[in-house]
Amino acid sequence: MTQLPQSTDRKMGLVIDLDTCVGCHACVISCKGWNTENYGAPLSDQDAYGADPSGTFLNRVHSYEVQPAEGHAQLIHFPKSCLHCEDAPCVTVCPTGASYKRVEDGIVLVNESDCIGCGLCAWSCPYGARELDQAEGVMKKCTLCVDRIYNENLPEVDRVPSCVRTCPAGARHFGDLGDPDSDVSKLVAERDGMDLMPEMGTKPVNKYLPPRPKDQIEDQIDILAPLLAPVAEEPGGFIGWLDKTLEKF
Amino acid sequence: MHPAPSVIVFTTLSGLGFGLLFFLGLGLPEVTGWVAFVIYAIAYALSVGGLMASTFHLGRPERAWNALTQWKSSWLSREGWCAVIALIIMGLYAIGAIFFGQRWGVLGLLGALFSLATVFTTSMIYTQLRTIPRWNMALTPVMFLSFGLAGGAVLAGQAGLAIPLLAIAASVQILYWWRGDSALERSGTNLGTATGLGQRGSVRAFEPPHTGTNYLLREFVHVVGRKHVAKLRVISFALAFFVPVALLLLPFSHFFGLLAVLSHLAGVAVSRWLFFAQAEHVVGLYYGKR
Repeated sequence: MTQLPQSTDRKMGLVIDLDTCVGCHACVISCKGWNTENYGAPLSDQDAYGADPSGTFLNRVHSYEVQPAEGHAQLIHFPKSCLHCEDAPCVTVCPTGASYKRVEDGIVLVNESDCIGCGLCAWSCPYGARELDQAEGVMKKCTLCVDRIYNENLPEVDRVPSCVRTCPAGARHFGDLGDPDSDVSKLVAERDGMDLMPEMGTKPVNKYLPPRPKDQIEDQIDILAPLLAPVAEEPGGFIGWLDKTLEKF
Repeated sequence: MHPAPSVIVFTTLSGLGFGLLFFLGLGLPEVTGWVAFVIYAIAYALSVGGLMASTFHLGRPERAWNALTQWKSSWLSREGWCAVIALIIMGLYAIGAIFFGQRWGVLGLLGALFSLATVFTTSMIYTQLRTIPRWNMALTPVMFLSFGLAGGAVLAGQAGLAIPLLAIAASVQILYWWRGDSALERSGTNLGTATGLGQRGSVRAFEPPHTGTNYLLREFVHVVGRKHVAKLRVISFALAFFVPVALLLLPFSHFFGLLAVLSHLAGVAVSRWLFFAQAEHVVGLYYGKR
């Protein structure tokens, strides 16, 4: 099982728009909410209300500052979850066969009843997409909400991953990245979607859309500014009198 | 990487144990009866003890046998197989030596090969990880094998072989530290490639995803103790190589032999602590911790 399939019928994945993401962490919360009570073991927390809380999350949002050579620094919010790589190193390192990539849609999953919790798959993942649940002792990861996307008990609009359904900014898109005519593939082509750490050779399915270039602030902000009289440097009139009087005290 | 005691004990003891089994399999020394019993007991205590220790870091140790299923693709699985095969073959070989005073040469040779293969497969678990450039080097298996052979020779009392093997292992260690220190930089992975934003300017981690810690930070972003690296390297090198060679050059005595083994063991353990503690996992880049 832990040999990777030669190819998958579809490449289901996410497209994350770094231009649109506002860093609200709603996807983090909805992910945890859905996945703690559905597929597999719950996502446990340790010392949740204590001094040193920590817990298992399948999706985390970082924030980065990018300082270009010229101009202002830019703040970029950066959601990160499993990228469902085509050459997923987490699958081939698994000694038990618990970690596998599905042939039908390319989703990388963990069979929790086979997992021994050795952690090697998390070691092999450059993206930090896998976390060993401290209560259950097995590896947890994004399932691309495999229990939502094919779930006919849900209204059709909800048959997307929880993070995508929740995102209030529309920064997350879900679809088949193996089909060049799908909406997500078109989006990636149009916006120069990129891979994270391409040098690792993992061939991630999930793509990131880079921020669009910022508007440049010209020297003149207001075209009417030259027509306005310059503001006096020295106060005059009543304010000037007040200023001088107060100075005397 | 988090230097978990279980993996340090595992790689240190099992490396030494399988190194000893390698020499025993080759008939170096050729022992029978009670002497054989004692020396095989030591070899099995080290190798099996090491393997047992490795199960302590598992989340689900009761399912450890599942690890034997994926030998086609997983180095960890292959290591399990090599260890089991080596221990069974060397067990039969030991029975011949202890109870029948016989040396079943072919069996010994096979056992020696699988013992060495166990050390090699252990090293490949670490070497295969591109996410940890310091381990992802051809020098990693060379280091594990040279350490196993040198330690095995010291433990087997083969002073004539042990001294050159210790010298080789010492050179490999120095080379490994030297190449390892620049491995992350040479790999070309940085926060720019990790975020894909490197083309746009200099990228700085502004805010982590959570105010608290998490599994990733605990497991992969160990930075404690790095300031003592230079001192620990000197201590490790002196204990693992310098002291044993000096003791082996003295006129032979069992006491000096024992001291040489203990010193080597302590030195290798320190070297293994550094092997884990210094290893930079690229996921640390996302947290601005590299």
